[in-house]
Amino acid sequence: MKKILGNLFLVLVLVFMYAPILILTVYSFTSATNIGAIRGFSIRNYVTLFTTPELRDMILGTVLLALGSAALATVLGTMGAIGAFYSSKARSSMITTLNQIPVVNADVVTGFSICILLVVVLGVSKDTFIPLVAGHVTLCSPFVFLSVMPRLKQMDPSIYEAALDLGATPAAALKSVILPQLQGGIVSGFALAVTLSLDDYFVATYTKPATFDTISTYVVNATKGSQTTIKTALWALSAVIFLVVVLIVAASNLQGMKMAPERRKA
Amino acid sequence: MKTLRFSRKDLGIPYILFLIIFVVLPLLVLFYYAFTNGQGQPTLSNLTGFFTDPNTLGTLCYSFAIAFVTTCVCLLLAYPTAYVLAQSELKEKSVLVMLFVMPMWINFSLRITALKEILTLIEGNLAMHPFLNAVVGMTYDFLPFMILPIYTTLSRLDRSLIEAAQDLGAGDFAAFWHITLPLSVPGIVSGVSMVFLPAMTNYVVLDMLYNSTYIMGSLIGSYFASYNWHGGSMIALILLAIICVFTLLTRGMEEEDAQAVGGALL
Repeated sequence: MKKILGNLFLVLVLVFMYAPILILTVYSFTSATNIGAIRGFSIRNYVTLFTTPELRDMILGTVLLALGSAALATVLGTMGAIGAFYSSKARSSMITTLNQIPVVNADVVTGFSICILLVVVLGVSKDTFIPLVAGHVTLCSPFVFLSVMPRLKQMDPSIYEAALDLGATPAAALKSVILPQLQGGIVSGFALAVTLSLDDYFVATYTKPATFDTISTYVVNATKGSQTTIKTALWALSAVIFLVVVLIVAASNLQGMKMAPERRKA
Repeated sequence: MKTLRFSRKDLGIPYILFLIIFVVLPLLVLFYYAFTNGQGQPTLSNLTGFFTDPNTLGTLCYSFAIAFVTTCVCLLLAYPTAYVLAQSELKEKSVLVMLFVMPMWINFSLRITALKEILTLIEGNLAMHPFLNAVVGMTYDFLPFMILPIYTTLSRLDRSLIEAAQDLGAGDFAAFWHITLPLSVPGIVSGVSMVFLPAMTNYVVLDMLYNSTYIMGSLIGSYFASYNWHGGSMIALILLAIICVFTLLTRGMEEEDAQAVGGALL
């Protein structure tokens, strides 16, 4: 009885979480312009989504921004974690504390403060994309730092020493001994950075060039507008993103299953 | 040996510089702007203005109310969910857990668009229930961030403690109340800190649901729109103060790696 009640609760929460996006997905395949109206099957929304230059540029721009700033954040955050790990205790805790600021800070404050420093005080034009990229790297790199750090702590320090004893230069030992052991943390840090950048609205809205839009800023502006073709094309975009997320999650789960036996052997 | 360690430590220098330029400096600039006026003269009027204007004080209270109710609703939904998930002995448990976390990776603006369409269908005019819609929207947005840390803590819990309590004569409820609940506090604290502050600042959720009520984040948004850097900086500082108090209160109580869990799962 308890079990049934528990499972029923799970189902209800899942319905709350997924019903809106699933209903929207169904409606994205119709010619309806409002949820609730019953209309015929149509792929017009998908045609609009992939053929309107404005939408295409916006999606491409968002993805490029996410990959670019995540790559920068991954390099910076990983180097920072390695540096902090091998630094004196005082310096290491200073870096960890500074690193924590953007993590606990509200995105509105992060975006606003970077905009004030770069745009208002230093006069950097938003059109250079520098404030936007700087903002996204600031948003993401602390999380890379946090996901690399535990791997450094788990690492066996004697392997690095052994490599040096066997004649490897510090740089070579870093590249072929330390980095491979951090790989898991670096990859998940990068993935987290990409999702943070893709999901961001606040930092982008305070730092982006006026003519550039990310998915978030575009969607927020579109809900205020009244263009129904754009509105319903965005339903199609939700469906596509939903599908992509499901595929990535499924793929990484399958890979995890494949890798699990190997790990046990090791 | 000393020179070798030196080289690894130095890897952190770019990240330290980065944190100083993009995290520390912007906050210093915020301080400067918050306590000066348009002519660059030092003033407290931004601060006193905030605490004497009934509108801004009302906004502060309203933000607290929304954040408090949202956090409670999230907790009431997330705790049982995490509990049932942690208890479940299903073979495909990891897939089930993934289902509850996956919405995190779908762009929030698209998810809120979906929610808006459903709420419009149910309520008709969204402007009629601003408080209710704000709470529903925030809960919909932040629920996975509450479920994940609580689930992580609960699934790591040492089952033998509960069995011991039961052997000593505790009923199911007593065992839960005296063992499970206190031991899951770190997860609850992590979840609360990931929901409460965003609920005070994420004003786009309100905007997208045609909400004309203001929370703290909206104040920054409107100062930004009118190029009032001084007023906006003061709001940002007040938010920072709230965040500081919150962080100090929850210090050492959080689930340690919950922040990085989202990425690690992927």
